[in-house]
Amino acid sequence: MFAPFMVNAWIVATLVAIVAGAVGFFVVLRGSAFVAHAIPNGSFAGAAGATLLGVNVLFGLGVCSLGGALGISALTKRGRSDVATALTLAFLLALGALFLSLGGGYAPAVYSLLFGEVLGISVSQLVPTVVLCLVSLAALALIYRPLLLNSALPESAPSSRVELAFLLVIALATTMTVPVVGTTLIFSLLIGPAATARAFVSRPGVAILVAICIALVIVWVAIGASYLSGWPVGFFVGSLSAVAYATGRAYSALASR
Amino acid sequence: MTATLNPSPVKADPALRVAEASVQIGQRRILDEVSFELTPGTVTGLIGANGAGKTTLLRAILGRQALSRGQIAKHGRIGYVPQKFLLDPDMPLRGRDLVGLGLDGRRFGLPLPSKAKAARVEEALRQVDAQSFADTRVGRLSGGEQQRILLAHALISQPRLLLLDEPLANLDLRSAKEVVTLLSRLAAEHELGVLISAHELNQLLPVMGQVVYLADGRAISGSTDEVIRADVLSLLYRHHVDVLHVHGRVVVVAGEGDQVLS
Amino acid sequence: MHGFFASPAVQLGAGIGAAVAIVAATLGVFTVIRSQAFAGESMGDIGTAGGAGAYLLSVGPVLGFAAATTAAAAIMELLGVQRARGRDLVTGVVLGAGFALSALLLYVATTDNTTSGTTSTVMFGSLFALRSSDLALTLSLAAIALGVTLALFRPLLLASTDTDLAAAQGLPLRLLGFAYLLALAIAVALAALTVGSILSTALLVGPAATALKLTDRPLRAVVYASVIGIGAVWLGLVLAYDSYDWPPAHHGWPASFFIVALVLCAYLAGGGWRRWADRRAA
Repeated sequence: MFAPFMVNAWIVATLVAIVAGAVGFFVVLRGSAFVAHAIPNGSFAGAAGATLLGVNVLFGLGVCSLGGALGISALTKRGRSDVATALTLAFLLALGALFLSLGGGYAPAVYSLLFGEVLGISVSQLVPTVVLCLVSLAALALIYRPLLLNSALPESAPSSRVELAFLLVIALATTMTVPVVGTTLIFSLLIGPAATARAFVSRPGVAILVAICIALVIVWVAIGASYLSGWPVGFFVGSLSAVAYATGRAYSALASR
Repeated sequence: MTATLNPSPVKADPALRVAEASVQIGQRRILDEVSFELTPGTVTGLIGANGAGKTTLLRAILGRQALSRGQIAKHGRIGYVPQKFLLDPDMPLRGRDLVGLGLDGRRFGLPLPSKAKAARVEEALRQVDAQSFADTRVGRLSGGEQQRILLAHALISQPRLLLLDEPLANLDLRSAKEVVTLLSRLAAEHELGVLISAHELNQLLPVMGQVVYLADGRAISGSTDEVIRADVLSLLYRHHVDVLHVHGRVVVVAGEGDQVLS
Repeated sequence: MHGFFASPAVQLGAGIGAAVAIVAATLGVFTVIRSQAFAGESMGDIGTAGGAGAYLLSVGPVLGFAAATTAAAAIMELLGVQRARGRDLVTGVVLGAGFALSALLLYVATTDNTTSGTTSTVMFGSLFALRSSDLALTLSLAAIALGVTLALFRPLLLASTDTDLAAAQGLPLRLLGFAYLLALAIAVALAALTVGSILSTALLVGPAATALKLTDRPLRAVVYASVIGIGAVWLGLVLAYDSYDWPPAHHGWPASFFIVALVLCAYLAGGGWRRWADRRAA
């Protein structure tokens, strides 16, 4: 489990968990679960397109997740935000389906894009992941207070710039996370730990730390279990997130009795 | 060279000057040449029925509603207390945290622990008497408690002007009286210009130094004795109204007949 | 074109596609009014698990999709998806767990048989691959969902517009909400059959949102949405059939892509029309 070829997996998964826990706190605080689902999933088109054109997958993911964030932001100004999000997402996915089909649709590649391939991470993937991780954490730290204020009082402290900046942070986090855990499961890591953390603590800073810790435990256990069982990492990440959330809800229910 | 025998008393600059402010949306004129000034240290009531234009005026003062004509000059910071405030009771954000964000919520970077900031938060909480519930999550506080937290959130940035959107609408009579007294004390202590919107003026009568009366987008301002008079309000409403005084309270009612004044 | 209409696979696809478009459009109008696009999206994604399971058990995809989406509806109801507050979170957690299951089932399905394109077929749909044995089940499910929705049309509309008004009328809000979720589950399962599980939202929400830009009247919106949906599905099929001659691969572009792209175009055009009409009225 700790063989040399696994070292990269552990490092990357740890970084992913830290970013997902921190970004997820704000996703949950702002109730923007749908957007946090749509941007990573939509980035699938970028990965498929990059594969088709033979360019770096990270590049495709970056272009597409940033494009998705801007698209959602633009369409939301003109209509209902959930409809805008749903349609942006569906179109990106359809584009991904087209690219895949044009590229010949190699099934295992599709699968690992969607559900992640944590066990095959090379050193060359390590560097961009570390850089993106640092950039998204720095960006989040930079906008921490305005974002917190805007999330708490959206009516009296409106700021479309802060909102857009946050969408872009989600896009960055997506770009680094997708190659590892796949488009679909970032979402579990964004929502599960943060939603659990808020059941236990009432201070924002502490809640972020707790969310990161929960995310770390989830990815570590998931990798270990995946290594031992041969089952996909995504299965464990998704189930453990749901279990964590259920635990948090049960605790809240008991505490408020 | 003549010596001035009677130097005019140094009059404080108005905290806010609204001059012929008009807002037109499509065919509808929401504000029609509204003018008034807000003096520091006094409480001003912005009185009008629902739909008279109170919220539009407040939004215009906050800079979130463009004027089609006229201007609004503001000096110093503005503190704002919204009417409605909804936050998920599970959200991890304490009253204390929200007040702190009033101080530095627009600054970039992570907050570092600071004794000076903690002391200012504590002071703001004390001013509105909110210390006892400052460590509860904001979403779990009652309406009156949330309002006090929001008031502290507004006060901590040391504004010169405080705007409150219908602060009495959701309070029972006793809490409303407490809030009014508190606001009047804050206005005097901090040289604050306080503008309170309300659809009913009696609760504000004891503390109100000035009234801005809005009807149908038009406004009259002045002391309560100047404004709350049958002849003045009749002109404003373009309809005959009576002002009745009952047990020290004021009631504005539509008068007899339906003659329209122009 | 002759070949197109003569092909039995195309006839089947066009027929089922039209039935699905009507059901999706009808439920979509309520979904848009209730702002529950995320619930629809999640059900579609969870449907992936059902599609993969159906493949593993060698039963028809309709059954798999419908079973998974119905289960998702029940879980969302149990966890309290009806309350607006925190709704997205509950939906999100259910969705995450659904994806986890999909990951496992698809993993088993792809390792089971390395050459299969199960993942693609389940997630991105394949109208041309429908079997005629699926027809009866598909049509009866469509009829059930449509029947329930039309029977509950007025109470559901009131409950979706204003819960307090509906409660004052004595309507059983929770029951109505659950009936809606179940009908939505069927509609999503059917849409998943047509354009694939993760693209089903497009067919659900797109035509309805477009229709609601064109008219303010709910029943008329249902009709418009159905027409837009059928138009997108049929035109998508024609283009997909036609694309066998297109570069670069000459093996055809996926019908799902055309359908979703057409839906998006319709939505943008609808928005444009609305702005133009508003400006003319002002």
